[in-house]
Amino acid sequence: MATVTTPTPWFLRRPRAKNGLWSWVTTVDHKRIGILYGYTAFVFFILGGLEALLIRMQLATPDGDLVSADLYNQLFTTHGVTMIFLVVMPMGAAFFNYFIPLQIGARDVAFPRLNSLSYWVFLFGGLFIYSSWLFGGAPDGGWFGYAPLTVGGDFLPGDHRIDYYALGLQILGVASIVASVNFIVTILNMRAPGMKLLKMPVFIWMSLVTNFLLLFAMPIIAVALFFMTFDRTFDALFYTPAGGGDPILWQHLFWLFGHPEVYILILPAMGIVSEILPVFSRKPLFGYSFVVFSGAAIGFMGWGVWAHHMFADGLGPAANAAFAVSTMFIAVPTGVKIFNWLATMAGGSLRFKTPMLFSIGFIAMFIIGGLSGVTHAVVPHDYQQTDTYYVVAHFHYVLFGGALLGLFGGLYYWFPKIYGRMMDERLGRTHFWLMMIGFNMAFGPFHILGLKGMPRRYYTYPSGMGWELWNMISTVGAFIIALSVLVFMHNWRKSKKNGEIASADPWDGRTLEWTIPSPPPEYNFAEIPTVTERDDFWHRKYKEDKRGRPIPVPTGGAEMHSEASEAEAEEGHGIHMPSPSYFPLIAALGMPIMAYGVILNSWFIGAVGAIVCLAGFYGWVLEPATDESH
Amino acid sequence: MDRLRFRALTNSKYLRRVVALASMLVLSACISADGPANYLYPEGPRAIQSDRLWDITFAIAAVIFFVVEGALIFIILRYRANKANAQPKQLHGHTRLELLWTAIPALILTGIAFMTVPVIFDQAREPEGALKVQVIGHQWWWEYKYDNGVVTANELHVPINRPVLLELRSADVIHSYWIPKLAGKQDLVPGRINHLTIEATEPGEYYGQCAEYCGLSHANMRARVFAHEPADYERWVAEQRAPAAADNAAVAEGRELFLNGRFAGGQQCVSCHAVGGTAAAGVIGPNLTHFASRTGFAGEMFEMNEENLKAWLRDPPARKPGSKMPDLNLTEEQINDLSAYLLSLE
Repeated sequence: MATVTTPTPWFLRRPRAKNGLWSWVTTVDHKRIGILYGYTAFVFFILGGLEALLIRMQLATPDGDLVSADLYNQLFTTHGVTMIFLVVMPMGAAFFNYFIPLQIGARDVAFPRLNSLSYWVFLFGGLFIYSSWLFGGAPDGGWFGYAPLTVGGDFLPGDHRIDYYALGLQILGVASIVASVNFIVTILNMRAPGMKLLKMPVFIWMSLVTNFLLLFAMPIIAVALFFMTFDRTFDALFYTPAGGGDPILWQHLFWLFGHPEVYILILPAMGIVSEILPVFSRKPLFGYSFVVFSGAAIGFMGWGVWAHHMFADGLGPAANAAFAVSTMFIAVPTGVKIFNWLATMAGGSLRFKTPMLFSIGFIAMFIIGGLSGVTHAVVPHDYQQTDTYYVVAHFHYVLFGGALLGLFGGLYYWFPKIYGRMMDERLGRTHFWLMMIGFNMAFGPFHILGLKGMPRRYYTYPSGMGWELWNMISTVGAFIIALSVLVFMHNWRKSKKNGEIASADPWDGRTLEWTIPSPPPEYNFAEIPTVTERDDFWHRKYKEDKRGRPIPVPTGGAEMHSEASEAEAEEGHGIHMPSPSYFPLIAALGMPIMAYGVILNSWFIGAVGAIVCLAGFYGWVLEPATDESH
Repeated sequence: MDRLRFRALTNSKYLRRVVALASMLVLSACISADGPANYLYPEGPRAIQSDRLWDITFAIAAVIFFVVEGALIFIILRYRANKANAQPKQLHGHTRLELLWTAIPALILTGIAFMTVPVIFDQAREPEGALKVQVIGHQWWWEYKYDNGVVTANELHVPINRPVLLELRSADVIHSYWIPKLAGKQDLVPGRINHLTIEATEPGEYYGQCAEYCGLSHANMRARVFAHEPADYERWVAEQRAPAAADNAAVAEGRELFLNGRFAGGQQCVSCHAVGGTAAAGVIGPNLTHFASRTGFAGEMFEMNEENLKAWLRDPPARKPGSKMPDLNLTEEQINDLSAYLLSLE
């Protein structure tokens, strides 16, 4: 095809930096974006943790006066928003980014620039929410932002705190929707030849379910938040009873998003644990299809339980009974997973390396969270429990004892792949035990406090309620958790620099990411692998004897790339990777600017944001597909 | 050998001590002192009915907890990697076992569901012969309106052994009315009317608190329920229906200030507060007709006494975050007069 090439203007040329800051800013490499997601989420984890420590210091004794009621309300709101939207969700996204392509034998995600867009939108959304601390205070309506408290005139102090919440979550929602489309397409279309759906690693399955949940749940909260912003900015009356609106509408919309969200938070960790347990048990996952389908079942049933957050709303006995029953039965697929994990370990050869410790911790703690969850479904007693610390105990056992422990396990498990070095086992064990002790001291007493009637979201409490001792224990526990996180950070830094060099397959792994060097080359796979089995890599290394025991295949597991290909690698195999681009960053930058326009009620700033956003997308479309130097 | 080690571990005094200590902790946590809001020691029939469901569910959950965590610990001890098990049998699954551990939890949960659902409907039924009281939630106090015309705040008086049907409304944001010893909580949602039945069988004082986050002083929105023998209750009603003491010369100055005083920004007591039998008919703040008959004020944040009341009048928002009662810049003399008047409203 004869084409007339006009020279590309300088601003459309694709950036070329391979190292340094600019290379990170313009990267579209899924691994680098994964690392960016991970580090950003970790920074927010520290911030959310500091908020939690302030909360715990305030509540350590009765009549605490370390912080004011006003500051306390901002702290518990941002703690919740941070941990959910800026820590656990993006940490899950970090793993999706880095390991979905590696586990399905792909060289990148389906839409690399879209991937970079979702990261920058997430980062700017998070910074936007946190900027509220500088401009009149952080959101103080709770992460659940119930109307009319959050939409009415002077029910809360501060002018725009809730706007930061509504618009900030809106921006974060864009990041999640964009990412979910990307991962769904990647998983469905870019698997290595032979990797049928039921040969996918369980982590990929759970990622797929999670991203479908995201795709359908985020638009719901988007609608709810738009209503909220319209109520606040343009005096619409969606949630205002005086004008015929209904505050319960917000609750339905919020929890119709909010409950699937719970599974969005936990399923990635369940996927990670399902990868770690077989490797450190030297046994395949017990009942693969049961684990996969129970995950999918949780994904479906998760849409039918939202009103269990609203049992005390007065929805009526029929609705309460229906949601009680659906809530009880979502425990069945969850239980199935736990039994299968136990059966995976049973009869195995268990190596208690740090990733395994965290996975076992996950199971042990998740059992507690699951059981207290069932007690919530007993509605007449939930009338007592709801909005007490008993509920706070429940979801910390699920989200910290569950999701976070699973994610930490994943970090230890895949660290050697990411950095080519092993993490220190001794420090890892110290981190694990400190965290388990701190966690149970911090959140175990919440069960008792809740049953002794301590309500949530109280900035202070009187003495004489029988709450003193347990609050004090909890605060001590919170500081032990903080200490364990310091140990983790130390381990991370130290291991990254001086850790023992990791081979391509340090754990005797089962899945494709262990077939390539640590750290992986930019193109991941020199040759796209062909998959014949579930846990394909394991089956290349081992076959089974008559009694079903693994015996090593002499040539199996040899690293996939020969010396010849090693030499070829120097020239990049002639593999064409997507070129970097800074337009996703520009497009993302427009979004918080638009949001500031809404807050400042300035058409001008809003228009500037829209133009920046459009400019980003235009550049995105017009920039050449590859760097012209190729 | 491995089995031996396991047995040795379970036999060791150390493990036994740990288990004993742990169960003692759990036990002491449960036993350790009742508290005013501890609903594991319910006192009203509703709360007792809910508590029975809890007892059964908790027992089931406890058994499952010990079985599953026990299995986990057993597996950890039993299958630790060693030379003998280095190449374990590659078991991929077992359909019958899978179905079994899908079915058993489903059956247990079906049992819990059958136990729960009838109680949900039972508690939603309107009780017969109930005393009806309107409860209106305000930031951050409770207003009660009886059918007999009595209007009061924060402290609800009820007769024993008679169900009390509370009609729940809100004047501003969502609140949740909760008397833990008597019944579970129910939200007060603006634009809606909800119902909650409470009942006490013993005379006495019951602690209550707001359970839905409602802004700055959510933690300072408490309630008390006083349950009386029927005759005592009738006496209380009669006292409340009588107009406030009017001609007490000793508090005439305070009365004058209350009814006609104008303070910072032209504000008046009577634009928010009512006192029966006087011209004061404000409806924004608590009705003060028999203010001094209450044991506390400002959402039960403060005990009713002269010292607390004076401190309150000096600067309400400083005492209770976000208080809708503004600082009126009262002089000490005005504070003395006003508090003398208010404390005369028995």
